[in-house]
Amino acid sequence: MADFLINTVGLPEWLAWTITAFVAAALILNVIAGGALVFIWAERKIAARIQDRLGPTRTGGRFGWLQSLADGIKLLAKEDLMPEGADGMLFRLAPYISFCASFCAFIALPFAFDFVGQRLNVGVFFVVAVLGLEVFGVILAGYASASKWSLFGSMREAAQVVSYEVPLGMCVVVPVMLAGSMDLVTIAEKQAGWFTNWYLFHDPFTFVIFWVYVTCAVASVNRAPFDLAEAESELVAGFHTEYSGLRWSFFFMAEYGSMFLVSALAAVLFLGGWNGPIPVATLVGLSEGTGDTANYFVRLIGCGNLLLKATLGVLLMMWVRWTLPRLRIDQVMTTCLKYCTPIAAAMFAGVMLWQLAFPGGVVRGLSRPAGEIREGWLEGPGGLSPGRRVSSSNVGATGRMESQDVVQVVP
Amino acid sequence: MMTTVLASVATMPGVFAALGGVLPVASVNWHSVLFLLFAAVACACAVAVVLAENVVRMAFYLVLSLASTAGLFFLAGAEFVGAMQLMIYVGGTLVLLVFGVMLTAQAPFVAIKTSSGDRLLAGMVGAALLAVLLQAAFRVEPWRRPAMADVAAPAATPIGMALLGVRVDEPAAGAPATAVRSGYLLPFEIVSVHLLVVLVGAAYLARAKRRRTPRAIDVAASSVGPVVTARQAARSSASALVSGGGR
Repeated sequence: MADFLINTVGLPEWLAWTITAFVAAALILNVIAGGALVFIWAERKIAARIQDRLGPTRTGGRFGWLQSLADGIKLLAKEDLMPEGADGMLFRLAPYISFCASFCAFIALPFAFDFVGQRLNVGVFFVVAVLGLEVFGVILAGYASASKWSLFGSMREAAQVVSYEVPLGMCVVVPVMLAGSMDLVTIAEKQAGWFTNWYLFHDPFTFVIFWVYVTCAVASVNRAPFDLAEAESELVAGFHTEYSGLRWSFFFMAEYGSMFLVSALAAVLFLGGWNGPIPVATLVGLSEGTGDTANYFVRLIGCGNLLLKATLGVLLMMWVRWTLPRLRIDQVMTTCLKYCTPIAAAMFAGVMLWQLAFPGGVVRGLSRPAGEIREGWLEGPGGLSPGRRVSSSNVGATGRMESQDVVQVVP
Repeated sequence: MMTTVLASVATMPGVFAALGGVLPVASVNWHSVLFLLFAAVACACAVAVVLAENVVRMAFYLVLSLASTAGLFFLAGAEFVGAMQLMIYVGGTLVLLVFGVMLTAQAPFVAIKTSSGDRLLAGMVGAALLAVLLQAAFRVEPWRRPAMADVAAPAATPIGMALLGVRVDEPAAGAPATAVRSGYLLPFEIVSVHLLVVLVGAAYLARAKRRRTPRAIDVAASSVGPVVTARQAARSSASALVSGGGR
C-alpha cells in the first residue's frame, strides 16, 4: 500500500508510510472494537437461548441488533468513579495496559496471506508472549483499586495465567514443530489444500492436543469455567469491582479481543488458517497468475475463512461458558498441572514419534501435497523458507517499514 | 463537482510535498527518532524505578523500561530477541509484581524509603558501571547507517539449528567430516541440565515438610514414663467405645 501511495498517488515517502501504519492500526482496532460489539450481542442471545429466554429483543428491531451500541452509549454516559483510597495513576492506566496487550498481539496475526500487520519471523512466539502481558493490567487494577475483592480476583488471575502458560506453550510448539517455522504465515501456508491437510487431522496426537489447547486458551483468557478472577458469586466482580464507565468497557474489549485472538491463533495453528475446508477458489479456477484483482479476491475469501473460524471459536467459548459450572481454584490448578500439562507433554512426544514413523500425516491418500491447491500462495516456487520473505523490491524500505510498525509494540 | 474533487485530490500530493519541504520532516531519519524515543522511555522508567517508593509502582516502571528495551530489539530487526525479552524479562517481572502485592498487601500502598547511604552506594556502583560501559561504547568504530539491504531477512532459524548441533559457520573445504556437528548442542545441554538441577532443588525446598518432629508432650511422656499421653488416652477411649459397641 505504501508503494501504491508513493508511486501512483505521489505522496512523499514519510507521509505514505505513516498513512499505511495508521490504516493498518485502524483496521486492527476495528476488528477488536467491532468484534466486541457483535460478540457482546451474540453472548447475550446465546446465553438467553441456553437458559430458555429470549435475550434482547427490542433495541434496534426484532433481534435486538443495536443492544451493544445502546450499552456503549450508556457506558459513555456513566459517571467515572475512582475509589478514594486507590492508587490513582495505576488505577487509570490498568485498563489501557490490558487493551494494549490485546491489541499488540493482533499486529503479528495474519488474516490472509498478505493481510498481516507486521509479518514476524517469530510470530507465534510474539503472540504468546504478548498475550501473557494482558494479566498485568488485571493485577495492577486489582492492586490499585484498594479493595479486597479486586485484590483476591487479581491474585487468582496471576496464579491461573502463570500456570496455564506452560501447557499452552507446549500445545503451540506442536504446529511449530510440524511446520518447521514460527512464522504464522508459513504455518498456515503449510496446511493449504483440503481440510485433511489441517494440523488438526495430521495425526491422532494433534487432534488431542488441539483440545488441550482449547482448554488452556479458555483458561488463559479467563472465560468461564475458568473465570475465577471475576467470580461474581464470590468476589462481586473480581478485579473490575471498582471500575465503571469507559474504563470498565476497555477491560471488556480486551477480553473479547483476546478471545478472538486465541481463536484466530487456533485457526492458524490447527485449522488451516485462511485455507477453507474445501479450496473453493482453486476449484472455480482462480489461481496464481490470474492477475492482481483475482489475487486480492482470493485473499478476501481467505480473510473471510479465518474470520469465520475465529468467530466459531468464540461462539464455542460462549457455549462452554453457559454450559459448564465454574471450577474452584484448586480444581483449576488440578486441571492445569495434573491433566493439561502431562497430556500436552505426552502428545508432544507422540507427534514427534509420529513424524519420525509416518511423515506426512494420517490420510496421505486423500491429501495432495501442499502446494497444488491453495487459497493464497507463496512468493514463488519453493518460497516457504522464511529467509525469502523480503522480496527484492522492498528490501531498501524494510528498515523504515519496521520502524513505523514497531511503535505499537510497547504497551 | 466531480472534477473539482478530482482536481483537489490531484493537487494534494503537491501540497504535501510542499509541507514536507517546509517542515524538516522528510529529511529526518525516523529510525533514529524511534530509537531515541524508546531509549528515552527505557532510561526514564529505569530512573523512575529507583525513585518510586511503592513496590508495585517500581515493578510497573520496570515493566515499561524492559518493554521499551524490547521495542529497541524489534527496531533493530531482532524479533526473536525482542519476543524473548517480552516473555522472559517482562513476564518474569510479573512474578515480582505478584510478590510485591503479596508482601505489601496487609496495609495498602506501603511506601519503602531508601536510606541515603544505600542511595550513595548504589549511585557509586552505577556510575562506575556507566563509566566502563561508556568507555567500551566509544571504542567501537563510528556508527554507520543501518544497512538492512546487505543482510538477508533476519531469522531465528540458524540459532535454533545451531542449538540442535548443526554447525553455524561454513566448514572449510578440506575439513574432516567429524567437525561437522559442532553447534551449540553441548552448551545447550549443559545449561538445560543445570536448569533441571535447579528445578529439582526448588521442588525439594518448596515441598511440604512432613517429617515427624516429636511434640513436647510426647517428649515429656517418654522421659517421665508410664504417664498416659493425651493421644494414648484418646485411642484407648476410642477402642473402649468400639469394644463397648461390639458388646
